[in-house]
Amino acid sequence: MPEVAIEVKNLKKYFRNGDGTVKAVDDVSFHINKGEIVGLVGESGSGKTTLARTILGLTKITDGAVIFDGVDMGKATHKQMKELRHKVSVVFQDPAANLNPRETVLSSITRPLILQGMSKKEAKGKAEEALKLVKMDSEYLYSYPHQLSGGQLQRIAIARAVAIQPQVMILDEPTSALDISVQAQILNLLLELQEKLNLTYLVITHDLNVIRYISDRVAVMYLGRLVEYGPTEEVIGNPRHPYTQGLMAALPILNPRDRDKKKDMMVTEPGSLIDLPKGCHFHPRCPYATEACREAFPENVQITPEYQVACYLQQKN
Amino acid sequence: MEKEELLQIRNLSVDYKVKGGYLSAVHGVSFEICKGEIFAIVGESGCGKSTIAHSILRLLPDHNEKISGEINFQGQNLNELSEKELESVRGHKIGMIFQNPLESLNPVYTTGKQVQEGLLLDNIPKQEAWNRVVDLFKDVQMPDAERRARSFPHELSGGMRQRVMIAMMLGRNPDLLIADEPTTALDVTVEAQILRIIKQLRDERNMAVMLITHNFGLVAEVADMVGVMYAGEMVETGTVYEIFDHPSHPYTMQLMKALPRITKKEGRLETIRGAVPKMMNHQKGCRFANRCIYATEKCWSENPPVHQLSETHSFACFREEVSTCRK
Repeated sequence: MPEVAIEVKNLKKYFRNGDGTVKAVDDVSFHINKGEIVGLVGESGSGKTTLARTILGLTKITDGAVIFDGVDMGKATHKQMKELRHKVSVVFQDPAANLNPRETVLSSITRPLILQGMSKKEAKGKAEEALKLVKMDSEYLYSYPHQLSGGQLQRIAIARAVAIQPQVMILDEPTSALDISVQAQILNLLLELQEKLNLTYLVITHDLNVIRYISDRVAVMYLGRLVEYGPTEEVIGNPRHPYTQGLMAALPILNPRDRDKKKDMMVTEPGSLIDLPKGCHFHPRCPYATEACREAFPENVQITPEYQVACYLQQKN
Repeated sequence: MEKEELLQIRNLSVDYKVKGGYLSAVHGVSFEICKGEIFAIVGESGCGKSTIAHSILRLLPDHNEKISGEINFQGQNLNELSEKELESVRGHKIGMIFQNPLESLNPVYTTGKQVQEGLLLDNIPKQEAWNRVVDLFKDVQMPDAERRARSFPHELSGGMRQRVMIAMMLGRNPDLLIADEPTTALDVTVEAQILRIIKQLRDERNMAVMLITHNFGLVAEVADMVGVMYAGEMVETGTVYEIFDHPSHPYTMQLMKALPRITKKEGRLETIRGAVPKMMNHQKGCRFANRCIYATEKCWSENPPVHQLSETHSFACFREEVSTCRK
């Protein structure tokens, strides 16, 4: 049995909005194994980033639990929480916006280490090591963000994330601000680091081709619900949930010879969290919707221990 | 069917005046777009693709740039027209849509009114123009067209806003549509819908499309012809099949291998070392030389010659063996 790194149980995160509540994450349950790369996909507004923020402990959980290393983050003491923060780190989409323009690379990387109680000298050594890990020369320690290119900045952001020696890294759109020629460098770097340091990744991106390249398992979210979660080849190659099927049909082809192979796609507008339908959130767009789908949200069907789908179609089979 | 040339760009160069000299944003670019053709200009950020689009309609910021070369459109060199003469082309014969439709729409007018405004320029009576607006909204497959025409931009989703922009552009029935990253801000499912609309317009109205994108997925999906840009130069042009099946410039070749088409179990992506250089002042030599795996001394000192592989396929490089082995 693979060891579990993060377990999410019936997680709910609601926001109050004027006259109602927005269910950004609603009853989501899944787990990520140690050393696994999980890709999280879904249209904008499906709750991907909110899910990541709750796992990072950046926002309060409404209900349910995020269990990390045996500790329930919702019930953790201040001290436990501080320890957990060292074990999870994060890389955001736009590195230029996430590095302080008035601080050198050195000070950006060492700040979290010094906050953890490390001496300045020790922290500098760690920063040098981290730069080596992301294949950058240590002379860049004294550069300012505006002197670096987009790819270099993202390497710095990754160096800052690995410097605290985390177990889990959350990568929110790590390559969408980068050019294709640089994207491949960063993706390969992430894969290399993951193997070398035995890290666990949760990668959020809308680029399905990137997800196919790097992840072991793919989680698909639709309007706050996790609709399908399973091995990459299955979810991308042979999706079971009608929403995933529609999403994969929209997957950009990377060869013009595949033009005829493109299947029918979703013609309807994406739904909205503000005006959620009763029952399965996807039923207004679903070609297979039945009476049951309009009544209640389907339970998760466990196809294998590592593969779950929330759809009535799967329950029949 | 005989191809009819619509837009011909000859030796277009654009230099921006910056501190310490000129930045060569576009250098010696030539290509042509035929009627009913989707021509994709693809390249990384800062390679000059948007500069080309903006220089065609003279939308570049004033006074700090130098444009040379010819932009021939329906027998006129747009570069030589007066501002007044250009107005009959801009928006009328050449329409343009941009990456972020919310920035292009006025937040205090309904979307229908903004589309109607363009039609009123052509002296169409108000009521008739409004009916046309609703028809245009239906043409771009806007759900609930009549109601949406009375909606304000903030009431619409990103995909619907881009549909409004397309409707606005269509209202004046242009011969050429310049689409500058039209789907970059949209979700994949919506992107597919917008692409389908653009393709349909081409099929039904024989409209030519100049598609500017950094996304090879879009190119593979809709383009007929492709021009690959690198650091301000068009390094390779060809039909979409020529570019994907036989990429010949080292940059295109390496880029094709960097596309994430595989899974990590099948292997690793190939990468291109280094990053795009800044083109300050005029330097000689191939602009890709510092990242090219085949670079020789000659590449640093001389401008590479253009090899013609077929009537449509050409690339600029010293590596002649590529061209000879494929003939």
